Amino acid sequence: MRAETPPRRLRTRSDHLRRALRGALALPLAALVSGCDWVVLNPSGDIARQQANLVMVSTALMLLIIVPVMALTVLFAWRYRSANTEAAYDPEWHHSTKLELVIWTAPLAIIIALGSITWLATHLLDPYRPLSRIDDSHAIAPGTKPMDVEVVALDWKWLFIYPEQKIATVNELVLPEGRPVRFRITSSTVMNSFYVPALAGQIYAMPGMETKLHAVFNKPGTFTGFSANFSGAGFSHMRFATRSVTGDAFNAWVAGVKKTGSDLDRATYLELDKPSEKVPVIHYASVSPDLFDAVVNMCVRPGKLCTGEMAAIDAHGGTGKAGLLNVAALTYDKQGREQVSSAAPGFADANLHRFVRDWCADNRPLRAAVARDTLSLARPDAARQPAPAHPLS
Amino acid sequence: MPNHDQTWSPLLGRLSLDALPLHEPILVATFAAVALGGIALLAALTYFRLWGYLWKEWFTSVDHKKIGIMYMVLGLVMFLRGFADALMMRVQQAVAFNGNEGFFPAHHYDQVFTAHGVIMIFFVAMPFVTGLMNFVVPLQIGARDVSFPFLNNFSFWMTASGAALVMASLFVGEFAQTGWLSYPPLSGLAYSPGVGVDYYIWALQIAGVGTTLSGINLIATIVKMRAPGMTMMRMPVFTWTALCTNVLIVASFPVLTAVLALLSLDRYVGTNFFTNDFGGSPMMYVNLIWIWGHPEVYILILPIFGVFSEVTSTFCSKRLFGYTSMVYASVVITVLSYIVWLHHFFTMGSGASVNSFFGITTMVISIPTGAKMFNWLFTMYRGRIRFELPMMWTVAFMLTFVIGGMTGVMLAVPPADFVLHNSLFLIAHFHNVIIGGVVFGTFAAINYWWPKAFGFKLDPFWGKVSFWCWVPGFWLAFTPLYIMGLMGVTRRMRVFDDASLQPYFIVAALGAGLIACGIGAMLVQYGVSIMRREQLRDETGDPWGGRTLEWSTSSPPPAYNFAFTPVIHDIDAWEDMKRNGVTRPLEGFRPIHMPRNTGAGIILAGISTVFGFAMIWHIWWMAIAGFATLLLTAIAHTFNTNRSYHISADMVAKTEAERTRQLATVEGA
Repeated sequence: MRAETPPRRLRTRSDHLRRALRGALALPLAALVSGCDWVVLNPSGDIARQQANLVMVSTALMLLIIVPVMALTVLFAWRYRSANTEAAYDPEWHHSTKLELVIWTAPLAIIIALGSITWLATHLLDPYRPLSRIDDSHAIAPGTKPMDVEVVALDWKWLFIYPEQKIATVNELVLPEGRPVRFRITSSTVMNSFYVPALAGQIYAMPGMETKLHAVFNKPGTFTGFSANFSGAGFSHMRFATRSVTGDAFNAWVAGVKKTGSDLDRATYLELDKPSEKVPVIHYASVSPDLFDAVVNMCVRPGKLCTGEMAAIDAHGGTGKAGLLNVAALTYDKQGREQVSSAAPGFADANLHRFVRDWCADNRPLRAAVARDTLSLARPDAARQPAPAHPLS
Repeated sequence: MPNHDQTWSPLLGRLSLDALPLHEPILVATFAAVALGGIALLAALTYFRLWGYLWKEWFTSVDHKKIGIMYMVLGLVMFLRGFADALMMRVQQAVAFNGNEGFFPAHHYDQVFTAHGVIMIFFVAMPFVTGLMNFVVPLQIGARDVSFPFLNNFSFWMTASGAALVMASLFVGEFAQTGWLSYPPLSGLAYSPGVGVDYYIWALQIAGVGTTLSGINLIATIVKMRAPGMTMMRMPVFTWTALCTNVLIVASFPVLTAVLALLSLDRYVGTNFFTNDFGGSPMMYVNLIWIWGHPEVYILILPIFGVFSEVTSTFCSKRLFGYTSMVYASVVITVLSYIVWLHHFFTMGSGASVNSFFGITTMVISIPTGAKMFNWLFTMYRGRIRFELPMMWTVAFMLTFVIGGMTGVMLAVPPADFVLHNSLFLIAHFHNVIIGGVVFGTFAAINYWWPKAFGFKLDPFWGKVSFWCWVPGFWLAFTPLYIMGLMGVTRRMRVFDDASLQPYFIVAALGAGLIACGIGAMLVQYGVSIMRREQLRDETGDPWGGRTLEWSTSSPPPAYNFAFTPVIHDIDAWEDMKRNGVTRPLEGFRPIHMPRNTGAGIILAGISTVFGFAMIWHIWWMAIAGFATLLLTAIAHTFNTNRSYHISADMVAKTEAERTRQLATVEGA
């Protein structure tokens, strides 16, 4: 389980450290790149900003040792070239304890410094950790609720669900500037990576699993987001416009979506879920409230057993032999995994494709009993979580 | 588009005429060229009656030197294929802007980048380092051959068999469209129903058998077959790094075998290890494949560090600075390389403490690597540096690799990795260390040990042309990728909608063109050197003023390597012998017991290829027959007791007398 409250001691110490380092090392670098249009180093969100600083701080730290090594390489290569008979030549000189100490401790010192920064920054910038500040000068009051956006990577487009606003969009992400956002991210088929360079670093979108990302935009603007992990034929077009707008503009946009959009129910989702490329922006005025949880639990299609339910049933001892043939309710992968027979003959037995109705009948009481637990288990912030909802938890 | 309908016939499985890529003009043209070239080659071999020679002297040879050379030839051939893929990607990305789809549809382009990665790692870099270790290690430790000479031949042919399957996928069916590590669920049956991933699995499984056996063989060789007096701390640094690498191979390749076996179970018999449904865990695959995959990069680079150590010390005419610390650095890298794998997927949602742990262990590896860099530096200090080709490549490596090391440490900082992961920055980083390290190191090694293998040096002029194309070509090709990574451009893109990126991709393509010139010059260098071999001949066996044992014998060395097993008194054994005026014994030769050539290796590997092909296409009768034949042939081979022979004392005396005459002409001249 992840700690959701930030340990304060860490933060203050690291702020001092980071400020000092940034002043000493990164400013010249920052000046160097600020003129360029390099979004990773010049982002518009506080998280990406801090990550960019880290890129520059670590570069500066390492240049402390890289530059002398490169200079010495060139110097020694030139001075001790065989044509230069003036230079000293000492073919037996092969050991110096003092030098050995230096060549092991100099990199060690750098790595101790960088390792400390890494430990602090990795905890502070953990994508699962709720934000504690909007930017350098604006802290967030503890207990402030971030805006939720649920992200589903589909083949090959992005679905964004706004549970508070009860709307959804495809291939368009609009966020109010200055408001912390919590993304809940999953995928319907294969692995993708949700990345808006201007906003914050990426996090994978994986089927049957939920990942999280906390971020905030500090400036208005139009940016690009995309999948950063190859996901098949339509991957190159898996891009979406990301807009950071003022709070009022955001509300106006939401109202517009509500007015013009259609309805995203499960049937519509299953239609949307089919592979397609270069999908234009779609707006949905309403959305089934439990759609995202159903996607994570791989049970959008009617008749499918949610993985959370399955885990709960297993935790109650399972369904015995009936479970052996209970495959249709658990078969998930679309593009017809049901139709893709395995290679070895005999394994595509018709029995394997039959839903065992007896199981439903016999276990209705059990299923109802566990359903309550399951639903509370499936809540992302609940104390205990179903196994498949969390990678490496 | 290929037809993924599951039409299956008992005779041919999934194979049918549809499997031939007649609809892709690029492939048809390639096939025509390869077929014509192949026919010409076969005709030439037949015309010049070389088949018998090749079979007797090379294909069935158990001589570690010849096997080493065959590995290098395999690596070189596959390098040309892998580089052709690279050129296609650079051209595609340079033109696919503003709605232009470029030359490749997704189905073809996705195969190209997958094949590029698989080929360059498994069938170029691995054969190169294995070839070098095979050729050099027994000579450096004063041995007659490796511990298990037949196994060595078998290992080579299994690697070649895997390469043959990858090449076959070009013209029969398709290759995987998943990226070089084939992450599920994408590589699962649901999303990759075709034969591509099956080609991937069986090519790597068959080649993996060869690699693992070769690792066991070389560990046994280094541990058990060193000449008397060569304690562990007197071993040449290259042999040390080879030992570390083979320990890594033996400990990590079984993981690859296991994870690919699980993936094939998912694809063949409907298990659910890595599927989305039924509690399968795709992330388990990602963990397992990187538990192999991270040690793999050290498998590639460690022997190359050894090459640079040998080259620096030889061409600076100076004992290597900090031998002990070099050895410990190699061992520390070996151990640490097992506990860093998670840095390949910081972005998959692990907790901050897990990410920090793996980030910091990754950074810690840079300490021994940095120490090595300093050791080479201080070997140059107060040396007399001769800038022959191997040394030029070494200096180019030192200046290039440190940048790759620096960007690697940046990627090891998890929050920085969140913004750089999967970007072109990452691509630039690992090409920076693999080209700047492994490829430059291989070229240094080829230029360094070629005279030992063939008895004449490589032509320096064309070597320098190649060098001056390669090094700037590398930077021209990959600096734009570093920059675009910082602009948020991700990898494996086929088309782009941001036209402002095009100039960067054009520069990168020009860089790739310059590298192509470098490769061309390298091939010319080999050709010219072979034609001018009489002028470039080295009679001494020690053309560079070498320091380790391989330079004490003739070039090329006799089949038995050393007439008498040398006795070692110091690090740099040959330098020690030269300094103390040790003379070659000229009489008292005794018969030498040698392993006999056998065709079993190539036959077994040939059957494995057929078996793999049958499994890929679901031709079950052929798979069963193939596997049974494989077992029976292997068992039959165990009854072959005629496995060794003696080189008579007379023969040894004659060979050594010839060497004496050779040395006399050198001294006389």
